[in-house]
Amino acid sequence: MTLAFKQETFREDYTYSNSPAAIKRFPFPFPEDQYMYSVNIEPHTAGKPDSICEFALDVDEHYVAECHDKAMTLAIDPARYQALPHMMDAQWDFVELSMESLSRDYPEHFSLHKDGVNWTWENKPLALKESFVFGSKTIAGIDPFEYIGRQVQGDFVLLDHRDETLYADAGIVTSQADWSLAFNVGMSWKEWHGPVPRATELGVMDRALKFLLNLQLGSPVRRLNWTMTVNPRLDTSPETYPQWGSDRNNVNPDNVGDLVHLRVELQALFRLPRSNAIVFSIRCYLIKLDELVTYPRWAKRLHRVQKTMHSDLIEYKGMTKFHPMMVDWLSKFDDGAELAVGTQPE
Amino acid sequence: MSMLDVKVASVEQVTPLIKHFTLIKEDGSDFPAFSGGSHIVVSLNIGGRVHRNPYSLMGAPSEPGAYHISVRKQEQSRGGSVFMHEVVDVGTTLQITYPVNLFSLAKLGRKHILIAGGIGITPFMSQIADLKRMGASYELHYAFRSPEHGAFADQLSAECGHQFHAYTDSNGTRIDLVALLSTQPLGTHVYVCGPSTMVAATLDTARHLGWPENHIHSEQFLAPPVGAPFTIELARSKIKVQVPAEMSMLEAIEAAGVDADFLCRGGACGRCELQVLESEGELLHHDHFLTDAEKASCKKIMPCVSRARCDRLVLDI
Repeated sequence: MTLAFKQETFREDYTYSNSPAAIKRFPFPFPEDQYMYSVNIEPHTAGKPDSICEFALDVDEHYVAECHDKAMTLAIDPARYQALPHMMDAQWDFVELSMESLSRDYPEHFSLHKDGVNWTWENKPLALKESFVFGSKTIAGIDPFEYIGRQVQGDFVLLDHRDETLYADAGIVTSQADWSLAFNVGMSWKEWHGPVPRATELGVMDRALKFLLNLQLGSPVRRLNWTMTVNPRLDTSPETYPQWGSDRNNVNPDNVGDLVHLRVELQALFRLPRSNAIVFSIRCYLIKLDELVTYPRWAKRLHRVQKTMHSDLIEYKGMTKFHPMMVDWLSKFDDGAELAVGTQPE
Repeated sequence: MSMLDVKVASVEQVTPLIKHFTLIKEDGSDFPAFSGGSHIVVSLNIGGRVHRNPYSLMGAPSEPGAYHISVRKQEQSRGGSVFMHEVVDVGTTLQITYPVNLFSLAKLGRKHILIAGGIGITPFMSQIADLKRMGASYELHYAFRSPEHGAFADQLSAECGHQFHAYTDSNGTRIDLVALLSTQPLGTHVYVCGPSTMVAATLDTARHLGWPENHIHSEQFLAPPVGAPFTIELARSKIKVQVPAEMSMLEAIEAAGVDADFLCRGGACGRCELQVLESEGELLHHDHFLTDAEKASCKKIMPCVSRARCDRLVLDI
């Protein structure tokens, strides 16, 4: 796919939108009419051409605008980037993974030249070019992880593997669904998953941890997670809650389709080679309901999933204020016809 | 599972019983980097039967052109190490897994005490490269039978200088574990790899001296033990499989064409764990992964090393 990068915003005037091609490749997360929290992990192997899973790291039409939004968030709040000192090997592992993937998969936009430890990276869409020594302390004067983390869509958390668990010991997080890196940095798996309703009782988190501790180099995995967000805002963090929390009060029956967005996270996990750490990547895809319902299959399925949603999850995902209105709006698109299992648009 | 196709580039007889194999990628490209303490699992086709043996990666993780492993010839083995010694040679092609690390360095450790016995030196060869690169404080204590059995001792002595301490049975020198482990500063981690008596003595001594459990690290790959043949039923595959005396349950399941999960194949990682649906008789657990309570419950088994003396054993696979 030839990419034309859009100029658009994820704050204030919110000019973000999806082209028809972007709508068609949207990672719709509901294969069945009823939603239940599950681990739903699968190998992160190459998906179909033009799908969001074609490559290890997906670059789409929103790339340039998302990187600009990320830079704005980091300028306002530098604590969105954190790295504990023992994570230096993991930082370089992430540099290698990102630069190798992007230059191999999108050669028209990115290039990487290696001469031993002397590397040169070029990012054409963002007009950046930098030479550096792999394994040194910095790239262009900042942490290597921050340098490249600013040039990839999505959030990244580096998990140190020790004492039979995983610790969130570094991260660059600017498009999160209401969680705080500054709060979570240094926490263990059980600490940061404590608030997820129902998952602990179901043993889901213990099973997922056991699986991830065995995650193998060369065999990354992925899952989809979702929530709903009012306005196409990437930075829905606790730190900026005053700027977006009250947007939920602005939803009314006439603007539901325009304001309410399905927010899907493609979460991928890769074992890293030098550090034996794991990178947890969280890539956010946003679609307003008006765009989503252009595929009747998705409109019906989303209506059924939301109508039968457990109240704990409605609360946890911050949908309480507008949930009945959204279900009501979606019901107009649901004729009750049976839908086969699957997430495809048509 | 992702595998790598490799070719043996050189073979070196290091001691009367140990050979060092240098592996390169068949397509000539670089290997993935790895972390100190990692191992690979090598697939060996011995007379039509696939053996898969874990071997620690030696050498500096930062040199991606080649992987290095060393194999001790085990005369009482089921044939894997003998095959490596007598059949595998320069030019032999093999399949290996990506590196897996079950014996990683504690990056937050203030000091690292490495204790090796015999072939147990191999995982420390890569850990030392990492420790030196990080400028970490460490000591290496390496015990072997006699000078001619001290694989890589000269090389390590040169690399590690006064951090290196050798002990030889033939000279009557032994590691005094109590003296060593009772005088370390707070924040020290201890790592042991070697014969099971040495591993057990180190773990016991450290625990007895009050070391925190998460500061004590060990690695021991078990060869699947030989035992009486038995039969298993695979509930989901709806077949019965004979496990011969010289084959592990995991190998028998694979030979029957059933795809089973695995990583280390030495009873350490837990990846191949199977649920026991029914059993009549005794499960012979040999792994280091399940807790004693789990072993006693008869609900789980690690097919890579464990066996059974059962009239009936039904597994959820």
